Amino acid sequence: MHTKTVAELMVDLREKKISSRELTQCYLDRINAHDSKLNSFITVLTEAALAAATCADKLRAQGKAQPLTGIPIAQKDLFCTKGIKTSCASKMLDNFISPYDATVVRRCNEAGMVLLGKTNMDEFAMGSSNENSFYGPTFNPWQIECVPGGSSGGSAAAVAGRLVPLATGTDTGGSIRQPAAFTGVTGLKPTYGSVSRYGLVAFASSLDQGGPMTQTAEDAAIMMNVLAGFDPLDSTSIDREYGDFTQDLNKSLKGLKIGIPDEYFAEGLDPAVATLIQAAMKEYEKMGATLVPVHLPNNALALPAYYIIAPAECSSNLARYDGVRYGHRCADPKDLTDMYCRSRSEGFGAEVKRRIMVGTYVLSAGHYEALYGKARRVRRLIQEDFITAFQSADVILGPTTPNVAFKKGEKVNDPVSMYLSDIYTVGVNLAGLPALSIPAGFVKGLPVGMQLVGNYFSENKLLNVAHQYQCVTDWHKRVPNF
Amino acid sequence: MALLPEEVKRIANLARLPLSEEEIIPFTEKLSTILGMVEHMESADIAQVEPLSHPLDLHQRFRDDVVTVLDEREAFQRIAPAVLAGLYLVPIVKE
Amino acid sequence: MEWEVVIGLEVHTQLATKTKLFEGSATAYGAAPNTQAGLLTLAMPGVLPVLNKEAVRMAVKFGLGVGAQINYTSVFERKNYFYPDLPKGYQISQFVTPIVGCGHLDVTLEEGITKRVGITRAHLEEDAGKSLHEDFQGMSGIDLNRAGIPLLEIVSEPDLRSAKEAVAYLKVLHALVRYLEISDGNMQEGSFRCDVNVSVRPKGSEEFGTRTETKNVNSFRFVEKAIHYEVARQIALIESGGTVVQETRLYDADRDETRSMRGKEEANDYRYFPDPDLLPVVIDKDFVAAIQKTLPELPVQKRERFKSAYGLAEYDASVLSAYRELGDYFEEVVSLSSASAKICANWVMVELGAVLNKLNADITQSPITAKQLAGLMQRIHDDTVSGKMAKTVFEAMVAGEGDADAIIAARGLRQVTDTAAIEKWVEDVLAANPAQVAEYRSGKDRVFGFFVGQVMKISKGQANPQQLNEVLLQKLKG
Repeated sequence: MHTKTVAELMVDLREKKISSRELTQCYLDRINAHDSKLNSFITVLTEAALAAATCADKLRAQGKAQPLTGIPIAQKDLFCTKGIKTSCASKMLDNFISPYDATVVRRCNEAGMVLLGKTNMDEFAMGSSNENSFYGPTFNPWQIECVPGGSSGGSAAAVAGRLVPLATGTDTGGSIRQPAAFTGVTGLKPTYGSVSRYGLVAFASSLDQGGPMTQTAEDAAIMMNVLAGFDPLDSTSIDREYGDFTQDLNKSLKGLKIGIPDEYFAEGLDPAVATLIQAAMKEYEKMGATLVPVHLPNNALALPAYYIIAPAECSSNLARYDGVRYGHRCADPKDLTDMYCRSRSEGFGAEVKRRIMVGTYVLSAGHYEALYGKARRVRRLIQEDFITAFQSADVILGPTTPNVAFKKGEKVNDPVSMYLSDIYTVGVNLAGLPALSIPAGFVKGLPVGMQLVGNYFSENKLLNVAHQYQCVTDWHKRVPNF
Repeated sequence: MALLPEEVKRIANLARLPLSEEEIIPFTEKLSTILGMVEHMESADIAQVEPLSHPLDLHQRFRDDVVTVLDEREAFQRIAPAVLAGLYLVPIVKE
Repeated sequence: MEWEVVIGLEVHTQLATKTKLFEGSATAYGAAPNTQAGLLTLAMPGVLPVLNKEAVRMAVKFGLGVGAQINYTSVFERKNYFYPDLPKGYQISQFVTPIVGCGHLDVTLEEGITKRVGITRAHLEEDAGKSLHEDFQGMSGIDLNRAGIPLLEIVSEPDLRSAKEAVAYLKVLHALVRYLEISDGNMQEGSFRCDVNVSVRPKGSEEFGTRTETKNVNSFRFVEKAIHYEVARQIALIESGGTVVQETRLYDADRDETRSMRGKEEANDYRYFPDPDLLPVVIDKDFVAAIQKTLPELPVQKRERFKSAYGLAEYDASVLSAYRELGDYFEEVVSLSSASAKICANWVMVELGAVLNKLNADITQSPITAKQLAGLMQRIHDDTVSGKMAKTVFEAMVAGEGDADAIIAARGLRQVTDTAAIEKWVEDVLAANPAQVAEYRSGKDRVFGFFVGQVMKISKGQANPQQLNEVLLQKLKG
């Protein structure tokens, strides 16, 4: 049961082959039995989940079920869940019980989904390995000594290990796509502004976007119908008709133009990964697509620009964690400054502190124009590169990451080396475009992800292109043995 | 870009994240490395490019001046570190 | 050495919106602590700001009221610093591009001269919460009700040259924001707070001296005193060989002195950057035009109109046009009676003014409505009561005894204008006081007043004074 996709489970529930309660119990049992190996969950909501499942079954019996009623889901612990611990994997919020639901959470609840728990992550979404968590690292179910990627490592590992049929993640510089690639699952970062950020604890406001992490593109499409939508509580939420994300899944790819940027195949890319991506390109040609070369000449500037803009915004976004109104406060503060300093020093981990410091530096007097001011201009260049590329291509294809999952501890002391794993993903966030990662094979037993980038609001096309690949391959069906 | 420990101390204080003596040097090194990565962006000549505030150049939406948020003080203060008579308590604030 | 004083003023005025700048929580004054503090005010993780349209409208309205350039695009930026009354650790404000640009305010100084004071800019920003310093077990208490209330920060050019000018400017500005109904301007409640920038320079010098900023002065009197103290302090400092330090200071009303706040402000690097949770605020010509239509007649326009339409003197017109409600009250009185505008003006400014002063109230709390006062004016005009009696009626009205007519009837205060009756009274008085009659006829004019008094006594004050005078004069001639 646990290897079924959401699409399949929806049918089973609808045809009453299984109850939501049984389904929920099945996943809870799996979490209980196996999560000690993965550490993908921070909070498991056993009783609440079973109660919600029972409710879902009642609704179904009354004929009031919606398509996703009774489907279990896990939420990344970056989304605020009312009455439930929301820690952002940080000591700072270890004691924080959120007084409200994020819009994403509310929409899932209103769709009748059953919340199984909150997943592990890099602290405050800062990281690419899930090694920066107050609750300990998450492990990659494909190889336990390897990282699952980050910052949505917990959600990725839980879905990969089939402890949950789908989960939510967030992506600021690749935090959905990179862990999806490392763990062999499907992850979609939607167009900026299509999924509400209200209740998504802010890291870098102009880059953050929540999205689905699933077993298949079809499941991601189904989930997008729940997640996407205008939210008046979010000033950056875009008011438009989002439509049905599943409606184009089965369109033929004949005539599709797939852009291949040489910048994504330059030095630094593991040749074994490159080989698999090239094999995927061949599959697409077989389906009638043509490959066209495109250029993203400013891609080299994307990483530096990202590592200026994201820390700058986060240094300001995290100023609210001061021990005054909620969260961690140090014991016996001597005076106000002591309270701020010790609460924050004790509450934040090393990577978070580093980024706050970088951000504070780039915004400070004398550095603003040269660093932050410049990075904002680079951002426009990155965007223009993509817009130009989309004049000759419908989607852009490349590897999600330059390598497969690295070993735990390998990069945690070398931040720059860690940041380099985002080299293909950050440009997408800077431009605000949608992109997804789907499994494209294995190198030495570790999954490889292929990234597809689309133009603004082209999720339907992206999901179609991804789904068609998943119809002719089975990488996404492989389940790790851990 | 090599940062001086003095500069790092100043930044740390500005961010209310003071570093201990043992932490200063490793932090300075790591920060310098990160900012070094950023260096080659600095040579790009792009003064004439417009900064990007929002990918789709959208404008701020307005909200009507109507009360939509009600008093939930009790719920909100249940999770507070220190409250008294409805006030959040902090070490004495000197003017 | 002759010194010139240079003053610039920054006024933070709380806008009278129903809700906060970025959150839909209430803004009423005096609510129990933290009962008007929602998720955003408390800076909970994950919450986001959404802009209050009314605040933008009010800012534009102000801009139009001072003839300022309205910036069609303005940007909200974050001003980052740590303080417990600033929950997010940053204040959302406008730095590089404010919504209102350059404007001006014409200020009539006491000597009758009008000075044009430049307004550099006005921008929207969030107010901070309050720290209550009462010792709570050795701690301070933070109330965030005020945090997030919209402020319009109005910055003047350093055009003012004396404390008197500064106060005059503030009074005009204060009246204007109330006129425009964008703020209640209540200084005790903190709706109108002044930061005073003061510097001195040798007379004739083109360069500005170093200035100090004295923050949060909340009465006109204190502004005047703070300026005097600061000027004296700076001059004394310079003349004794010292230099003025650019710093922030606080005015201590108890000691009548300003004190340095250096501790809080030291090298604060605010790291302004555009708020990424908000988008650029863009308004268009139509938006501004719609607000222009709602603009009331401005004080200057009303003053001129009072002079030309009612023939009022400059001073009277100024006083009556200073506050919108006062001008409205006056005009209502005029429109509801046939009495001359000048008489109405006098009664409103002097008689009613004295009453309001005594009650420490303003025209909106007047114990008599304009209609009631008009009623009295009418009775004066049609000679029903004498001017003197009118004062009695007025006092009775203030005391709540009812309308003019009711009081006149109840107390029998109708003036008597019947010549025969007056002649009878005069004859009776003259007959009863032959000695005084003789005195008068022998040249002691002062005795006339005695007769008037006596007639008033026996007529219970109802004799029409003019007629009484005429009859008395006539009868005394013999």
